[in-house]
Amino acid sequence: MVNWANFLSQLFNGLVQGALLALISSGLTIIYGTLGVLNLAHGAMFMLGGYAGWVAYTYTGSFIVAAIVGTLFVMVVGVLMERGIIRYFYNRPPEDQILVTFGLGIVFVEAVRFFFGSQSESIPPPPGLVGITHLGFMVYPTYRLALFGIVVVALLVLYVVLYRTRIGMIVRAGIEDSTMVDLLGINVQRIFMLVFGIGAAAAGFAGIVNTPVVSIAPDVGEPILVQTFVVVVIGGVGSFPGAIIGGLIAGEIISITSMFNPGYAYVMLFVAMTLVLMFRPYGLLGTAGRE
Amino acid sequence: MSISHDFRLSRRAVLAGSAGLAGAAMLPRMAFAEDQPPIGTWPAGSSGDTVNIGVAVPRTGTYAEQGEDELKGWELAVEHINNGDDLMKQFVPGLTKGLLGKQVALQVADSAAKPNDAVQAEQRFISENKVVLMTGSTSSAVAVALNHFADQQKVLYLAGISGSNDTTGKDCVRYGFRQNFFGQTAAAALGPVLVKAFGKGRKAAFMTPDYTYGHTVTKSMNDYLTQNGGWTQVTDQVSPLGTQDFSQYLTNIANSGAEFIINVNWGRDAVLSTQQAKQFGLLPQMNLVIPYQIPFLAKDVGADITEGVYAATDFWWTQEDQYPLAKMFVESFLKKYGYRPEWGAENSYVSFAHWARVVTEAGTFYPPDVIKTWEKGETMPSLLGDVHYRPEDHQCIRPVVIVKGKKASDMKNPEDFWEVLEVVPGEGLMQAPDAFGCKLGSYT
Repeated sequence: MVNWANFLSQLFNGLVQGALLALISSGLTIIYGTLGVLNLAHGAMFMLGGYAGWVAYTYTGSFIVAAIVGTLFVMVVGVLMERGIIRYFYNRPPEDQILVTFGLGIVFVEAVRFFFGSQSESIPPPPGLVGITHLGFMVYPTYRLALFGIVVVALLVLYVVLYRTRIGMIVRAGIEDSTMVDLLGINVQRIFMLVFGIGAAAAGFAGIVNTPVVSIAPDVGEPILVQTFVVVVIGGVGSFPGAIIGGLIAGEIISITSMFNPGYAYVMLFVAMTLVLMFRPYGLLGTAGRE
Repeated sequence: MSISHDFRLSRRAVLAGSAGLAGAAMLPRMAFAEDQPPIGTWPAGSSGDTVNIGVAVPRTGTYAEQGEDELKGWELAVEHINNGDDLMKQFVPGLTKGLLGKQVALQVADSAAKPNDAVQAEQRFISENKVVLMTGSTSSAVAVALNHFADQQKVLYLAGISGSNDTTGKDCVRYGFRQNFFGQTAAAALGPVLVKAFGKGRKAAFMTPDYTYGHTVTKSMNDYLTQNGGWTQVTDQVSPLGTQDFSQYLTNIANSGAEFIINVNWGRDAVLSTQQAKQFGLLPQMNLVIPYQIPFLAKDVGADITEGVYAATDFWWTQEDQYPLAKMFVESFLKKYGYRPEWGAENSYVSFAHWARVVTEAGTFYPPDVIKTWEKGETMPSLLGDVHYRPEDHQCIRPVVIVKGKKASDMKNPEDFWEVLEVVPGEGLMQAPDAFGCKLGSYT
C-alpha cells in the first residue's frame, strides 16, 4: 500500500516503535559503555519486568503499581546480578562475559517458564487509555499513543540522571575512562552496580509498559535482544544519544519497509546495520576506542 | 436418530475390522515380515514388552498452548490403547490391552516448533528408544522436516497439526500420513460459505505467516475466492513466525481499503495479531475470517472478537451431540484434563487410533507392511463418521467443519465459543492426488 496516507501512518508508527526500542537499547548501551560488558541477558530483563509487573497487577489491579514493581524488581535483579556474578567477569575476556550473560538470560527465561508456564499473559491498558484515537491521517490505539509519551518521559528521566546529576557525570566519565575515575578516588565499584541496576531497570520498565500492547511470554525478550543489538550498533556502542537515534532509525526502517513489502522489514534493518558497520564502524554517534 | 445411524456404522466397522484381523491371522504376512532384513527401528523397537513413540511437540514458543493440547490427545490415546478403552475399541476392533501384546509408551520432547529441534529430538528417540512411530508438529515446517526424516530413517511419522498443502503434496513421503484438514480442503469448504454469506466482489486483506503453512493456506484461500467469488486480495501481510508487534502490518491493512481480514496466522501470532487488529480499530469494522482455526483463540481473545467470525476446523466439541464417538471422546478428555478438547487433541487421538488399527490389522510393526495395509484405503471410523486414507498421498479424506463465532450472551458454557454451521464431506474438497506434486518414495 504505497500512498501518502499509508506513508504518514507508517512514519508515525515507526516513531512509536522506535521510541520503545530506544528505551530498551539505552539500558544496554550504558551498561556496555560503562562496564564494558555486553549484557546478553538484557532481553530477559525486558521479559522479567513484564512478568514482575503482571504479578503485581494480578494482586493489586493497578497498572501504576505494576509499572513501579516491574521496574524496581528488575533493578534489584540487575544489582544482584552485578554484585553476585558480573563483577567477577570485568577482567575476564569478552567471550566469558558473553557466555555468562547469555547463560543468565537462559536461566531467567526457564525460571519464569517453570513458575508461570509457557502461555502468554497480558495486562489491560489502564482505564482511560483503552480504545482508539483519531489522528486525522490515521486511527491509532490510544494506549500506544500513551506509550509513546511514557517512553519519551522515561528517556528524559534517563537523560536528566545521566547529564544533569553528579552521578551521571561520574557514569559518563566512567564510560570515557573508568581507570581515571577510579584514580580520582571515586568508588567505581558502587557506580558500576548502580549503572547495571539503571540499565536493567530501563529494560524492565519497557517490558512492563509494553505488556498491554503485545502481552508477555517467557521468550518475549529474544527478538527484542536482537533488535536492541542492531539499534546499539547503528547508534554507536556506549552512546546514550546514539541509542535514541538508532532506535528511531530502526523503528522507521521496519515500518517504512513494511509499506513496500513487510517480508523485507527485518532484512532492511540488518542491511542498515551492515552499512553502518562498513562506513562508520563505531556507529553513528559512537567514538573510536570507546569500550 | 443419528445415534442409531452411527452405531450401525461403528458396528459395521467392528465387523470389517474383525474380518481384517481374521485375514491377518490367516495370511502368512507375519512370517513374511520376520524374514525381512532389519529396517529403521524394526525389529529392535518392537522386540520387548513395550513399543515407544517419539513425540516432538512445541511446549515453548509461539505454538506452546496448542502443542500442550495436542500432547494430551496423544497421551489419552496411548492410555486408551494400553487399557483397552471402549472408545479405542471402536477404532481398533478386538483391542485388548496394548498393541499386538505390547504396551505403548510416549517419549516427549519440546520442539519449540523448530524443524531442527524436532529432528534432533526424534533422532535421539530413534537411537535411544528405538521408537516405532514418530509424531509431533504444530508447524508444517516441522511436519515437512519430519516427513523427510521419517523417509530417510524408515520409521513411520504421523503429522500432528499441519495445515500446509505441501505435507501431503510436494513434500509427501511413503513413511508419512496425515489425518487432519489442510489449506486446500479448508479453502474449498469455507470459500463457498463466505461467498454465500457476503456475496461476490469483496476486498480481502490476508495476514500470512512466512512459511509453508502460511503461504499454501493463503494461496488456496485466495485462489478460491478470486476464481469463484470475484474477490480481490488487496494486500498480503507476510510476517515472520513469532512476531509480537503487528502494528506495521495492521497499518498497511488500515490503508488498504479491505473489508475482510483473512488471518492465516496461528498460535500466539494469531492471538496477538487479532487482539492488535482490535486495538487498531480494524475489528469489528472489518470482518475477520480464520481459514485454519486456532485452538484456544476464542478463549484467548474473547467472544466479543470472535462473534460472527467464520472459521474452518477439524472438530468442535459440540459435535458430540451428533456423533457418539465424539461424545465418548469429549467426556473422556474432559474427565481427565478438566476442559473440552480442541481440534489439536482430536487430531492426535484419532491419528493414533488409526495407526493402532492399521498395525493391528497388519499384525506387525514391520513398517512396509503397516504402510501397505494403510494404503488399502479401507474405511475406518473417526470422531465425525467414516473416513479413509488416499493411497496416492497418504492424506485422510475427512470432513471439514465450518463454524461461526457465537455472541457471548448465546454461549451455554464458558467453552461454547463456536456454532457448527456445516460439516462438509471430505471427498469433494480434495485436489487431484498429484495436483500438489506428491511423489511417494520407496517402501524399503
